[in-house]
Amino acid sequence: MNKISIRNLTLTYSDGVQPLRDISFDIPANQISVIFGPAGGGKSSLLRSLNRLNDLTDLTHQKGSILLDDQELLDPTLDVIQLRRRVGMVFARPVVLPLSIRKNLTYGLEVAGETNKDRLLEVVESSLKKAALWDEVKDRLDDPAIALSGGQQQRVCLARVLALEPEVVLLDEPTSGLDPISTGKVEESLQDLKKEYTIVLVPHSVQQAARTADQAIFLLQGEVIEVSSGDLMFTNPQEQRTQDYIQGRFG
Amino acid sequence: MTMKLSARQHKQRLGFSLLTLMTFLTVIPIIGVVIYIVYLGFPAINLEFLTGFPREGMRDGGILPAIIGTFYLTLGTAIFAVPLGIGSAIYLSEYAPDNRATKLIRIAIINLAGIPSVVYGLFGLGLFVLFLGFGTSILAGSLTLSIMTLPVIISTAEEALRAVPQAFRTVSMSVGATKWQTIRKIILPQALPGILTGVILGLERAAGETAPILFTVAAFFLPSLPNSPLDATMALPYHLYVISTQVPGMPIKIQYGTALVLLVFVLSMNLIATTIRSRARAKRQW
Amino acid sequence: MKSKQITGKESGSSIREFLITALIKAAGYSAILFVGMIFFFLLLESFPALREVELSNLLSSRWYPIEDYYGVLPLVGGTLIITIGATLIALPFGIGTAIYLSEIAPRWLRDTLKPLVEVLGGLPSVVLGFLGMLILSPYLRIWLDIPTGLSAFAGAILLGGIAIPTVVTVAEDALDAVPKSYRDASLAIGATEWQTIWRVTLPAARSGVLTAVMLGIGRAIGETMTVMMVTGNAPILPTGLKNLFSPVRTMTATIAAEMGEVANSSTHYHVLFLIGIILFLISLAVNVAASAVVFRQKKSQGHILS
Repeated sequence: MNKISIRNLTLTYSDGVQPLRDISFDIPANQISVIFGPAGGGKSSLLRSLNRLNDLTDLTHQKGSILLDDQELLDPTLDVIQLRRRVGMVFARPVVLPLSIRKNLTYGLEVAGETNKDRLLEVVESSLKKAALWDEVKDRLDDPAIALSGGQQQRVCLARVLALEPEVVLLDEPTSGLDPISTGKVEESLQDLKKEYTIVLVPHSVQQAARTADQAIFLLQGEVIEVSSGDLMFTNPQEQRTQDYIQGRFG
Repeated sequence: MTMKLSARQHKQRLGFSLLTLMTFLTVIPIIGVVIYIVYLGFPAINLEFLTGFPREGMRDGGILPAIIGTFYLTLGTAIFAVPLGIGSAIYLSEYAPDNRATKLIRIAIINLAGIPSVVYGLFGLGLFVLFLGFGTSILAGSLTLSIMTLPVIISTAEEALRAVPQAFRTVSMSVGATKWQTIRKIILPQALPGILTGVILGLERAAGETAPILFTVAAFFLPSLPNSPLDATMALPYHLYVISTQVPGMPIKIQYGTALVLLVFVLSMNLIATTIRSRARAKRQW
Repeated sequence: MKSKQITGKESGSSIREFLITALIKAAGYSAILFVGMIFFFLLLESFPALREVELSNLLSSRWYPIEDYYGVLPLVGGTLIITIGATLIALPFGIGTAIYLSEIAPRWLRDTLKPLVEVLGGLPSVVLGFLGMLILSPYLRIWLDIPTGLSAFAGAILLGGIAIPTVVTVAEDALDAVPKSYRDASLAIGATEWQTIWRVTLPAARSGVLTAVMLGIGRAIGETMTVMMVTGNAPILPTGLKNLFSPVRTMTATIAAEMGEVANSSTHYHVLFLIGIILFLISLAVNVAASAVVFRQKKSQGHILS
């Protein structure tokens, strides 16, 4: 079953640059879909289209269609605030808000109007557990989040998204600044998370793409070159350009 | 090869010495002025001077009404200028699109900053005192001073807001906060020390100004303290002007004492503002 | 499978959000409103002057309102001579100090001196006028052997001092914004630091320095209390250098000194507003010119970088 369907998506910035041209593919529910390819290929722009964060940039034109459970996301009358609660995002650089660890996790719910203290407590614990951070921080939830290590901060960012109980989780190179051990922890938790969520990941390396992908999408200079299952993509790519990239001949 | 000082290096030495001399010629009088006023004004300071009313045609007694008046005026200015100035700064930093209208706002602010203070006095007289019928009053004076203070508050507050990393805004909106929620819960608290610095610097200017209050609020002498915002009041800067130019036979000690009180009032605000700024910079984690 | 339907435009942007945004926007535009209102009221109150007083009277060199002589030339001349004098002082000292602080002084010294200069900017002008009256002008009288120390010269010195902090702060920021790589490149090809300052850093920061000077001049033109207290307040049209050492009277001081005494809506009252609008227009011109320099600079930098 497909959670998201993208059809003929083209984005245009105010300076005429088109980061994405005529993109079409589907994102199946409860799987890890990996969008990979060389830098500048439009991966981040694509991710940011899925929760309309591109609205905050100087994007002038989005053409085509993105359906989330049959709802058109490019509809200008769409409530982007509700959308962003359903489609959460973790960024490449771990940016914790200048608040305590606890407040970082409850922030999204509180701005949505949640005031029930018990529920907030419960969410803090469950989301930290899902992000594999609970044991490390459970005794200092009221410390400033900025005091945590980079790897811990990135897991706070993941937990912050999970606390919203979204349906889709977008991750934009979430492990690019992390050491191998923290990276392993994040990748491990992704495998658990896909049971509950649909995950879209922009990996920070081809190796990570190969390790995590259920489905893989190869994006090159704003165009989709190939879409297939993770196993097939990294063992037997159909396109020459995919093969060249995976084998490290460019990018 | 020996490396001797060439002619151009001698020239550099001479130039540097000259600039050093100029800088100290600029700075030393400032320190001199402050020390001089403290030295000559301090003997006048006692409890009666600070808490009493003027006596003997202001040649004796205290300056309480002027101190209280300046305090009220500063407070009144804050009431109007702070919300408006911060609101304007939020608009410019968080909402304003990059277009002609925004450019016009910026030019207007630059102009407000440049309008001579006595012209503000004229405007306050024309609009608040006469047209709106507030009379020479604390209300008219505060309104006049707050418009004059606005550009200082706006530009420092905007700078403080812009210094907050863009990533906080993106993250906050990405978890479903609205723009205003993002500003109120994340951006404003982070920018607060910088905003506070701007507010105090603006109010410092308002507290020390004389020309805008000449025709809008200031009274030569009043036998009692003001009771309402529609009363006129004495004020420290105007009082200093009056006793140093309009009252013959004024004891010099009282003049310097008044100058000292005004200086302390203004410089302590300056000190608070710069302390807040440097402390916040040291504590900041981004 | 959960499937919530997303509806409405922005549920989060409730009426509350809408109202707050509207308020903030109104605050944002308030500056334009105030400038407009100030201009309007000055115009409204000064307009009758043009009807009641003949132009030849206004443009004469006699200011004696009691006998209906409203020649503004002596006042304009007074402002001019003092502003020129103040600029001649503030320009070298302001820019010199800015260069010293930005390019030569060690960091700790700069961090000590810059706030001190800013303190000078925060000193109430009435305090400076007070000290000018009591200290500066008596000394000037003795040193220069002139009948009174309350002169254009005293005003120019104090106004120069008042303009210096503006010049230093803005010019120092401009110098500080010059990329370090410019200086490194110059030093790397064997230029001395002194040559680098004059041939590279200062030219690179020239528009910011120009803005600093213009804002300083604007500050000097608009200063009121200090000049009123130290310039002797004689409305005499300055005709040469000798007037620098005799009493003069500026436009600002005239308004401040006389507005308190005149009857509302009298001819004298309207003429004072007319002087006010001249001051307003001068400051408008100076500031628009200064900001035009800044905007142009930003634009050209933008093109270099992109």
